[in-house]
Amino acid sequence: MSDTLRAALALAGKDLRLEFRSKTGIISAAMFAALVLIIFNFSRDPTTVSNLDLAPSVLWATFTFGAMVALNRAFHLERENAAFDGLRLAPISREAIYLGKLLANLVFVSLVEAVTLPLFILFFDVDLSGALPGILLITLLATIGFVGVGTVFSAMVVRTRFAELMLPVLLLPFMVPPLIGAAMATTRLLAGRPLSDFAGWLRFLAVYDLVFLTLSALVFWAVVDE
Amino acid sequence: MPSAEPLLAARGLGRRFGPSTVLRSVDLALVPGQVVLILGENGSGKTTLLRLLAGLLRPTHGTIQLGGKPFSSSDPAARRGLGLLSHQSLMYDELSLQENLVFAARLYGLKEPHLVAAAAMQGVGLAERGESRLGSLSRGMLQRAAIARAFIHRPPILLLDEPFTALDAGSADRVREWLSGRAREGCGILLVTHQPAEVWDLATDVGVLAGGTWAILESRPATLEGFLPRYRDAIRV
Repeated sequence: MSDTLRAALALAGKDLRLEFRSKTGIISAAMFAALVLIIFNFSRDPTTVSNLDLAPSVLWATFTFGAMVALNRAFHLERENAAFDGLRLAPISREAIYLGKLLANLVFVSLVEAVTLPLFILFFDVDLSGALPGILLITLLATIGFVGVGTVFSAMVVRTRFAELMLPVLLLPFMVPPLIGAAMATTRLLAGRPLSDFAGWLRFLAVYDLVFLTLSALVFWAVVDE
Repeated sequence: MPSAEPLLAARGLGRRFGPSTVLRSVDLALVPGQVVLILGENGSGKTTLLRLLAGLLRPTHGTIQLGGKPFSSSDPAARRGLGLLSHQSLMYDELSLQENLVFAARLYGLKEPHLVAAAAMQGVGLAERGESRLGSLSRGMLQRAAIARAFIHRPPILLLDEPFTALDAGSADRVREWLSGRAREGCGILLVTHQPAEVWDLATDVGVLAGGTWAILESRPATLEGFLPRYRDAIRV
């Protein structure tokens, strides 16, 4: 196993241990997502707007808010006792720190999404039995994209005074493309359209992931070095 | 000063924070067995110097060499030769002491991290507190835990920022003994303190930072009492 991967797995393991011990991040994000779904469910008029028209937007808005809560905590736990200095002092590459944080964030956000999706099915009475593999693929591709970029920005804002405010402000422009791709693909999938109708959006998401994960790994050192 | 290939060398090292220049030009050569006591008023740049040498800050100007090779914070392997005891523990309150040390051992790629962690806890007299949540430790225990974490990989260069903070007399004696042992093994030690009496006999050299550079850098005088008047003059300038 390479040194980078070994260090990344140790770092991700530490983050997961901390989060599952306190559960504050996951519970906050999951509760927030549930609240958003409840509000959307009871604020719509089902006689004028059908479930299928509204469902993709609601799903991706909910995933986004939940992910933001999860990403905010990612480097927050490194602030206590200047723990992040400990990571920077260690003989590990900056890419290893990025990869470790990325892996942990992907698990957190995926857990939030795993809680959100059944609630979404319940509230919006959407039949995903045929579309579930497609939904999971779209979710995976979009999540990798905005968590990959979100990990860099959460490292950037951790030392600022208004980190919780700065993260969504900085991250929003970069989240828009994968969210558009995910929402468009989800709309077509739930409408029962053939794969050819939304394969282009899947390719867009995959290319976004490839480009921005690479760029994020390359610029991460500039964000963490002083 | 003993002559040998420097473990750590700095030339013209400087650092600005915005318009404020904390360090102007600092030269340093740390050889094996050398224990340099760094003194100075609050804000004189002592902590900044240690953070620059540890690679946590990039110098505004000047160079650092580790083992004769240029050192940059982007070189992971070079950081293996350094250990820094900071003002803060660099650990996680919600993990146990043992979990924190095992994590540190894994970051440093040490084999059998659990055994290494156990030995580190034993070394600082905290073996019985391994399962305790770090946040539950007293201030003095936390300082000992931080020492265990900072030097778990047994680096040849030790950078310590006020290591005796919150330590009781027994623990302070233990730390002094440990530092003495490391110096005898050939480690180079840079030690910042506001209490020079605690380590005066251990030091081989003493430096006083004032005005962003060395006001004094020389072999340790025989007595602290004889040195203090010059120290006061140096920081007054």
